[in-house]
Amino acid sequence: MSGYIQNFLKFRPLLNELVSRDIKIKYRRSVLGVLWTLLNPLFMMLILSFVFSNLFKFNIDNFPLYVLSGQVIFNFFSESTTNAMSAIIGSSSLIKKIYVPKYLFVISRVVSSFINLLAAFTALLAVMIFTRAELHWTMLLVPIPLVLLVVFSTGVGLFLSAITVQFRDVMHLYGVFTTALMYLTPVIYPLSLLPDTVKFIVMLNPLTNYLSMFRDVMLNNNLPSLLGVVVGLVEAIIVMVIGLYVFYKKQDTFILNL
Amino acid sequence: MEQKTVIKAENVSMCFTLASEKFDNFKDYVIKMIKKQVSYDEFWALSDVSFEVKQGDSLGLIGLNGSGKSTMLKTIAGVLKPTKGTVVIDGTVAPLIELGAGFDADLTAEENVYLNGALLGYDRKQMEAAYQDIVEFSELQEFMHTPVKNFSSGMVSRLAFAIATIGTPDILICDEVLSVGDFHFQEKCEQRIQRMIDAGTTILFVSHSIQQVKKICNKIVWLDHGHVKMQGDAEAVCEQYSHS
Repeated sequence: MSGYIQNFLKFRPLLNELVSRDIKIKYRRSVLGVLWTLLNPLFMMLILSFVFSNLFKFNIDNFPLYVLSGQVIFNFFSESTTNAMSAIIGSSSLIKKIYVPKYLFVISRVVSSFINLLAAFTALLAVMIFTRAELHWTMLLVPIPLVLLVVFSTGVGLFLSAITVQFRDVMHLYGVFTTALMYLTPVIYPLSLLPDTVKFIVMLNPLTNYLSMFRDVMLNNNLPSLLGVVVGLVEAIIVMVIGLYVFYKKQDTFILNL
Repeated sequence: MEQKTVIKAENVSMCFTLASEKFDNFKDYVIKMIKKQVSYDEFWALSDVSFEVKQGDSLGLIGLNGSGKSTMLKTIAGVLKPTKGTVVIDGTVAPLIELGAGFDADLTAEENVYLNGALLGYDRKQMEAAYQDIVEFSELQEFMHTPVKNFSSGMVSRLAFAIATIGTPDILICDEVLSVGDFHFQEKCEQRIQRMIDAGTTILFVSHSIQQVKKICNKIVWLDHGHVKMQGDAEAVCEQYSHS
């Protein structure tokens, strides 16, 4: 175990470099640069709230905030896992040639997505202030859902990246899966709108739990329910353990399949 | 004084399974699994290779193409895990396996210096200290802010060599790297390697140029189809090798 930790410490600078590379490459040659991480969710919010407050009428006050908060959480999950999935394949030229702890490539993708999440979060705060939404003290608890979400996404990312090396089909399938998942997460619609059977399925989705925790502390001035936190924690840990296990078991065969 | 053993390879065997058909997709795999048609051909790139390298030695690996030289180096570098046997390493390893493997084409040379350094396990401070030396050695002063994708292959390998040989690693692995660049640069590289040997670095060297091997190494392992054909002092093995 101490060997693993030592190894991680030795390669910690690499994590910084990989993350800063991801961010640099993403915004190289764009005039607005990092500002895009802020602008993108704002534009999406404008479109969605325009569409949904005119076409369908949901009974939610401050719908833009509702949509934006849903997007912040869901986009992080889908972005981090999608990027993590291709982390190993994308670094194949490196992995074939020098020894580097391979999980670092996955972690670096999740961390870069987390930086995007922080930018989107800033956008959310800006909209809250702009629309004069009340700012509550419960907001200080926002690290709880975020940390759980990051652990959960890292687990999923590790699992996907290991599986994708062997079966590239996963890459194509996952795009469809995330689209389906988006509709199974109350990003746009309120939970109360659903008939009971569908609601049951949506409640089974771990993201629903993280998202409602996030909305509770950010928008609704509610403390997250203890049950919600415990269930979220257990789900995150289970997924993380599965991800680590699969990754660990598969990592020596990566080089043969790349 | 007894020199300490820095690399100890014991009965290393490496087996690659060449699937007679390659599955990239799940459907095929499942169908073949059910029909029990998943068959593999085995290919032993290395079988039962054992040798030891003492500190300060420079070991040359020679052999024809496909004799397992690079596979051996990869197992020592930790990229491959041997199927059987063990490789025990005592010290830090700086791999020079394929120059420029760690570069990101879109980043500038300067950014790549830090990225590559981190891949070798150096932090930013250490790289900042070594930066000037890297620039001077690679003679790329004017190009440090150019993206690497615009570099010629000679420039890439100069930069990569300069980065990989900063500091004094305990073990330096060179796989055919001195064949790059013009002769002026090759000479510079050889000098640098010589200086590292003098400083006590153990060198593992692979090359097809028997002259280079003779010049740099004092011990040689001759591989042939994954078996050790001969090992011992450089002179004796080279003699045999050039007569085969």
